[in-house]
Amino acid sequence: MTTTTAPTHETAVPRGSPPRRSGTAPWPVVLVFLLPALLLYALFVIYPIAQSIRFSAYDWNGLTPLTDWVGLQNFRDAFADPIFVQAISHNFIIIALSLLLQIPFAVALAVLLTRNLKGRGVFRTMYFAPFILSEVVTGVVWRQILRPNGLLDVMFGSVGADGLTREWLADPQIALYSLFFVLSWKYFGFHMVLILAGLQLIPTELEEAASIDGASWWQGFRYVTLPLLGPTIRVSVFLSIIGALQQFDLVWVTTEGGPVNSTATMATYLVDSAFRKSQFGYASAVSVIVFLMSLLVALFYQRFVLRRDLEGALTG
Amino acid sequence: MTATTAPPSSRTASFDPRRALLYAISIIVLLVIVVPLTFSLFGGFRSNAQLASDPVGLPDPWIWANYQSALTDANFYRQVGNSLVIALVTTLLVLPAASLAAFVLARYRFRGREAIYILFTLGLLFPVAVAILPLFITLRQTGLLNSPLGVAMPQAAFGLPLSIVILRPFFRSIPKDLEDAAVIDGCGAFRFYWSVMLPLSRPVLSTIAVLTVVGSWNAFLLPLLVLGQADQWTLPLGINNISTTYVTDTAAILAYTTLAMIPALVFYFIAQRQIVSGLTAGGVKG
Repeated sequence: MTTTTAPTHETAVPRGSPPRRSGTAPWPVVLVFLLPALLLYALFVIYPIAQSIRFSAYDWNGLTPLTDWVGLQNFRDAFADPIFVQAISHNFIIIALSLLLQIPFAVALAVLLTRNLKGRGVFRTMYFAPFILSEVVTGVVWRQILRPNGLLDVMFGSVGADGLTREWLADPQIALYSLFFVLSWKYFGFHMVLILAGLQLIPTELEEAASIDGASWWQGFRYVTLPLLGPTIRVSVFLSIIGALQQFDLVWVTTEGGPVNSTATMATYLVDSAFRKSQFGYASAVSVIVFLMSLLVALFYQRFVLRRDLEGALTG
Repeated sequence: MTATTAPPSSRTASFDPRRALLYAISIIVLLVIVVPLTFSLFGGFRSNAQLASDPVGLPDPWIWANYQSALTDANFYRQVGNSLVIALVTTLLVLPAASLAAFVLARYRFRGREAIYILFTLGLLFPVAVAILPLFITLRQTGLLNSPLGVAMPQAAFGLPLSIVILRPFFRSIPKDLEDAAVIDGCGAFRFYWSVMLPLSRPVLSTIAVLTVVGSWNAFLLPLLVLGQADQWTLPLGINNISTTYVTDTAAILAYTTLAMIPALVFYFIAQRQIVSGLTAGGVKG
């Protein structure tokens, strides 16, 4: 972006003539290098996203020719459908719970693991392990644990806490929260590792200095470590929000969005509309909505929260 | 007398309730992670009656039939094979495409460079789920449905953003002097990329390869929609199918699931360093 010389002039410069601007390359060379990535990206990322904007304006079952133009009707229908509105609210409940519980928990554990505990390497390795398991494995195993008379209920029963047993995944009142627990089980380790990496960037001298100045452990954490950890936490929060907005796999495997849509997310609603009800046009509108929400969150976050942290990281 | 300060007594002397609390918390969390995994492992060794009456503790008696039937099931091996092929093809597509692109995006100035880079980084925001519908239709139009390539190519495309975001700063950090020396030696752009940059970036490339393999191995939605025929299924599709077809045969489900998670866990314990450093590289930057 900084160069203003037309790239074609570059080839006219005799080789080795000083001062040579070796950082500039003629367009054809650049293009050849970029081609494989751009082709893949254009064909399987950009083109489909552009297509979904087009499909969203049609009433279409995915097979017949695109003829039934309905304008913005699909969007109006989506926002008029209580199930979709509910699904949006589920996404936002998951976001809120993640920010209130999952990330503070991850921060706490990361800080805990910086203490000089025996076996902390093992703890770290194991805490992160669920992140490596597939959503399908996670969902299938937890479904067996949370089913009626499953492992959890039996464990409650064996300590005399029968009163605590619930229909964890079958009761629409609590299924979403059970699901959130499973999501946290799988993903907190990722945030913990991220924050651990952030903690390693903070020089230990700072906390030592604070403690020499008479700060308690908590004061040192609250006024020295936490502010310095800010950038990492903000990235963690961002990834958590984006992940929650688009949550599909684990929900689908664990509950399929049920019972009675009580755990449906925008993405499960989308797949359900498209592949079970053959409402491709309508589902495209839903995917455009998810897309726009993610984009808005990203732009907003980039603009107001991450700006100072990622200066040079994401854009340079 | 010094012998009396044996480790046990000194340990009790320095007993610190706060430290004990930290250990207690760490161990409780560890149990929350480990219990579901061991439940699955041991569950595969139980009968369904045992699972219903006493899912806690060790199996009694140990039933081998569940693991046996999973291990003699040709579908299981076919699914492992399919998962492997798709993971390998995805990686073989991502590595060259991402490294070539990141190389020019890092080392050369040209008009539109930042725009192209931002275009790629935007992809970080959109996993397959958002574009799955039109992607499905694109694959149908191009005849890639029911083909491993129909999974591998989109996966590679969606893997480009993270790979490029990891690679570009790394390529940037390689000193300019090296490039000048290469140019004086008559190295063209491609020679420089191939014989200087790639060998130097082996650790980063292996990180990307590991992340790509893990992502592909675990992928669910895309294979679910693309691979319609049972003999093309990957492991996650196989597990999902078993768990929804034989709903009541919990022991068989758990045996199959446990076998499927073993390769992932083994791979994780081997490649832990790459996985963690790769995933944190994008997030934590000073």
